[in-house]
Amino acid sequence: MATSTTAPDADRRVPRAGSPARGAARRPRGPRRSLLPYLLLAPAIVLELAVHVIPMVVGVWMSLLELTQFHIRDWSTAPFVGLENYRATLDLNSAAGKELLHSFWVTLIYSVLSVGFAWLLGIAAAVVLQKPFRGRAILRALFLTPYALPVYTAVITWSFLLQRDTGLVNHVLVDQLGLLNERPFWLIGDNSFWSLLVVSVWRNWPFAFLCLMAGLQNVPGELYEAAAIDGAGFWRRLRSVTLPMLRPVNLVLLLVLFLWTFNDFNTPYVLFGGSAPEQADLISIHIYRSSFKTWDFGSGSAMSVALLLFLLVVSAAYLLITNRRRDDHA
Amino acid sequence: MRETAGERWGRRIVLTLLTLFVVIPLYVMVTSAAKPLRDVQNGFTWLPSRPTLQPFVDMWSTVPLARYLVNSLVVSSVAAVCSVAVAIFAAFAVSRYRFRGRGVFSVTVLSTQMFPGILFLLPLFLIYVNLGNATGIELYASRTGLIITYLTFSLPFSIWMLVGYFDSIPRGLDEAAQVDGAGPLRILFRVILPAAVPGVVAVTVYAFMTAWGEVLFASVMTDEGSRTLAVGLQGYSTQFNVYWNQIMAASLVVSIPVVAGFLALQRYFVAGLTAGAVK
Repeated sequence: MATSTTAPDADRRVPRAGSPARGAARRPRGPRRSLLPYLLLAPAIVLELAVHVIPMVVGVWMSLLELTQFHIRDWSTAPFVGLENYRATLDLNSAAGKELLHSFWVTLIYSVLSVGFAWLLGIAAAVVLQKPFRGRAILRALFLTPYALPVYTAVITWSFLLQRDTGLVNHVLVDQLGLLNERPFWLIGDNSFWSLLVVSVWRNWPFAFLCLMAGLQNVPGELYEAAAIDGAGFWRRLRSVTLPMLRPVNLVLLLVLFLWTFNDFNTPYVLFGGSAPEQADLISIHIYRSSFKTWDFGSGSAMSVALLLFLLVVSAAYLLITNRRRDDHA
Repeated sequence: MRETAGERWGRRIVLTLLTLFVVIPLYVMVTSAAKPLRDVQNGFTWLPSRPTLQPFVDMWSTVPLARYLVNSLVVSSVAAVCSVAVAIFAAFAVSRYRFRGRGVFSVTVLSTQMFPGILFLLPLFLIYVNLGNATGIELYASRTGLIITYLTFSLPFSIWMLVGYFDSIPRGLDEAAQVDGAGPLRILFRVILPAAVPGVVAVTVYAFMTAWGEVLFASVMTDEGSRTLAVGLQGYSTQFNVYWNQIMAASLVVSIPVVAGFLALQRYFVAGLTAGAVK
């Protein structure tokens, strides 16, 4: 996204070749030159087509088939049923439709909360680490560690912490602080949603931190000096200097984080061991389980396509709104 | 600009809380890896009753960890190297040429990164299985299938970061080489790549990490022979026993290389992100 919008700027800033005459003489012209970029891109395009674009088209086609376990080994035998899969899975009066809607709401709340907290922790860390002090490099490395860990080792460790009888969380809450009389279950029941949220924030906030830290490096120090001379306190500087300067980073960061958490499969899959309790039934895991439990890939694909359409609409609306706001400011 | 007392205390409190939040799980991972089995079976202890390295020995025989490790190593390294090779050419084209479809390419490639993995999973599964039946090319349950899949997963972000790096290399260098009669490929290999080595290394590590940590496709597209760490580590919980000390030991062993690589190169990731996103 960013590359395409900044391209013309890059061109303008860096005029190509010293003099037009020399450029015309030296630079190869004609079909060879115009073909070259496509040749360079060919491997990337072939791979993208093979693993992303074609499967996506196939996925849409599958969602129109009655693709149950009888037809999976040879899908040419699967009968075409039109929009029947969509009608069946998205019918909110049916049990399956209600479950899907429930899963959708769980995922939406999970994503909004997770992105919100990840961003808050990220901006807090980026701001307090903005000025150099002894030990800053160590803290920065430490804060990035949860993001650098392979997701499954991070989540497995958390599932150990959250075990009812052998976990650290209950040991501290029940045995050491005595806040609770009974040992709660953290990985089943209502608590499982909050457990999932904490694990997801723990894992994602360093990414927000990394991006915001990169963004803060571009804020000129004179802006803060000027604001301080004008008598602006900490919050005032944050609101009037830091946040406006971080706006371009935030625009991309929030969207990317939202899409990642909304599509999150790994965290619940590893945390709950292959399935998820109803309270933490994220949409990816819901589709995964209903597809591989019943081997009904047709309705699984229908749900995936519906999910994609929803995310496309959300992303498009987000980009439209934020772009219009930017034009208003200009 | 002087820091007020409030700001100083605020900073200390924020840093303390964040450090605790980050460190506690890491602490548990490290200390539990050095605990005897009974320490992790009867209630939690902050310290091992008797520190031992036995879990690091036992973990290799409880599950075929060595095989999972080799599978993960092969799949991730090959995927990373191929992904970066492909990305270098693509990024060179996007950074140095103006051609029809350039914007469409950038947007399409980046947006595939954002699509739900589950959307590709079912069709790819079917394509791999049916392709295997029809032609005998075994992509399902093979390392080759995983490599192809993973290599495209890291491709969009690799291209994006490399474009940022290449853009930051002055075009004057290209022009100078051109005057000396260098062709495009020569410019790429002799001028641009040497100047972008840190970026290329950072992107390779990123691609490796992506493949090393992937769970969804690994759980569906592998069998016992091609299983990777992402799925294999779940083997430590059996019906009768959960070997938490061995899980933590194995987690530690498979985490250290990627964490070390990432932290060593973090400054280049920051530079790449800045170049790509903020400009």
